[in-house]
Amino acid sequence: MRKIIGIILLIIIAWGIIISLQEIPFGTSRSEVADYYINKGIEETGAANIVTSVVVNYRGLDTLGEVTILFLAAIGLGAVLATIIRKEDRKTVKASLILSTGCKFLFPFVLLFGAYIFIHGHLTPGGGFQGGAIIASAFLLMYLGCYKEKRINETGIIISESLGGLVFVIIGLIGLAVGTHYFLNNFIPKGEFNTLLSAGIIPIIYVAIGFKVGSELSKIIELLLEES
Amino acid sequence: MDFLHNYIYYIGSFGLIFIGIFIMIAKRNYIKVIIGLSILDTGVNLFLISVGYINNGTAPIFSKSAIEAKNMVDPVPQALVLTAIVIGVAVLGLALSLGIRLYKHYGTLNLQKIKEQKW
Amino acid sequence: MIFIVSFLVIFMLAAAISAYFFKDLLNAVIASYMVSLIAAVLFYLLQAPDVAIAEASIGAALVTAIFVIAIRRTRRHEE
Repeated sequence: MRKIIGIILLIIIAWGIIISLQEIPFGTSRSEVADYYINKGIEETGAANIVTSVVVNYRGLDTLGEVTILFLAAIGLGAVLATIIRKEDRKTVKASLILSTGCKFLFPFVLLFGAYIFIHGHLTPGGGFQGGAIIASAFLLMYLGCYKEKRINETGIIISESLGGLVFVIIGLIGLAVGTHYFLNNFIPKGEFNTLLSAGIIPIIYVAIGFKVGSELSKIIELLLEES
Repeated sequence: MDFLHNYIYYIGSFGLIFIGIFIMIAKRNYIKVIIGLSILDTGVNLFLISVGYINNGTAPIFSKSAIEAKNMVDPVPQALVLTAIVIGVAVLGLALSLGIRLYKHYGTLNLQKIKEQKW
Repeated sequence: MIFIVSFLVIFMLAAAISAYFFKDLLNAVIASYMVSLIAAVLFYLLQAPDVAIAEASIGAALVTAIFVIAIRRTRRHEE
């Protein structure tokens, strides 16, 4: 009965969408805001990647909101799962020697790749969120390969997550005090174009976001896996 | 053929949205509903990026200084979708932790049976 | 070029429909992982490399890992 009502509802919605999709042509027009960001993007921010300059410089407040939402999700997950006590003990098979040695060998290379992606965020495609997710995948590999041999250092994760968030907010507030008095103002002089130390505050903020997102996602995975 | 050139991405993204809504309406297991939510999320992101495409355009990155700015695709929807993907992951993590808590309390994940149990 | 794109879109819709019909929850999670991977390829073909990296690393890999861990702590077969 529910399925028939669902199908009728979806057919009505589909008919309305087909009529209104004739007004959106595919691949022809570009808005004026996009023209401004592409033409004036290099001389105002100095970054070669325009998506990065939109995310961090022109729309920095939205990125602050997104980091807050990820933080709230990690807190909520820890609060819901904190009072479950596992009574039965599942049978786990200990990993063989080849698997655990291979995981320990691959771990620093995946970390290096994640760090490369968030450091070069303003020159090549990439950025803080993608690099942080790759770092969390490296920790997931360690959990899958050698399960009970090594533990993540608790204070290390707490310190790196807090410092990442604090650096982001403090740089924004310093921008409010000097220069043209905007939040997340670009006050450091922009260097030479297309080198590593260019584009003002953008690489500093992306390094802070990379640390914060990486430690938060690996904390979420550890909370779901552990036996409390 | 001209119809396919213009509308293939719209068909793909709206097909995913409708299949996601139908899974969320018609299934009774809790984890199946969350799988439908994830498919719906992917469909909406695909639709947003396909609106900002210019025919024969390139990616908005100035890797050499001599690339012209005339035919780059729109960079604003890409910044929006980057935020939307991360928010989708946060919502999914919280929903699955509530599912584990439900299983510990009621012993089943069938939503019809959970509604029928008295206090 | 247009044939590659239409083949990928048909494959993606078939994977999403088969996620409705599977009774074993692990198979349904693998089907949704396939939808995310093909969406990452389509993001690259729409000239958006930032979003392709984000979808392939966050939206496909970490979401599937969280689903599999949650299924391991609850029941595996749908009733």
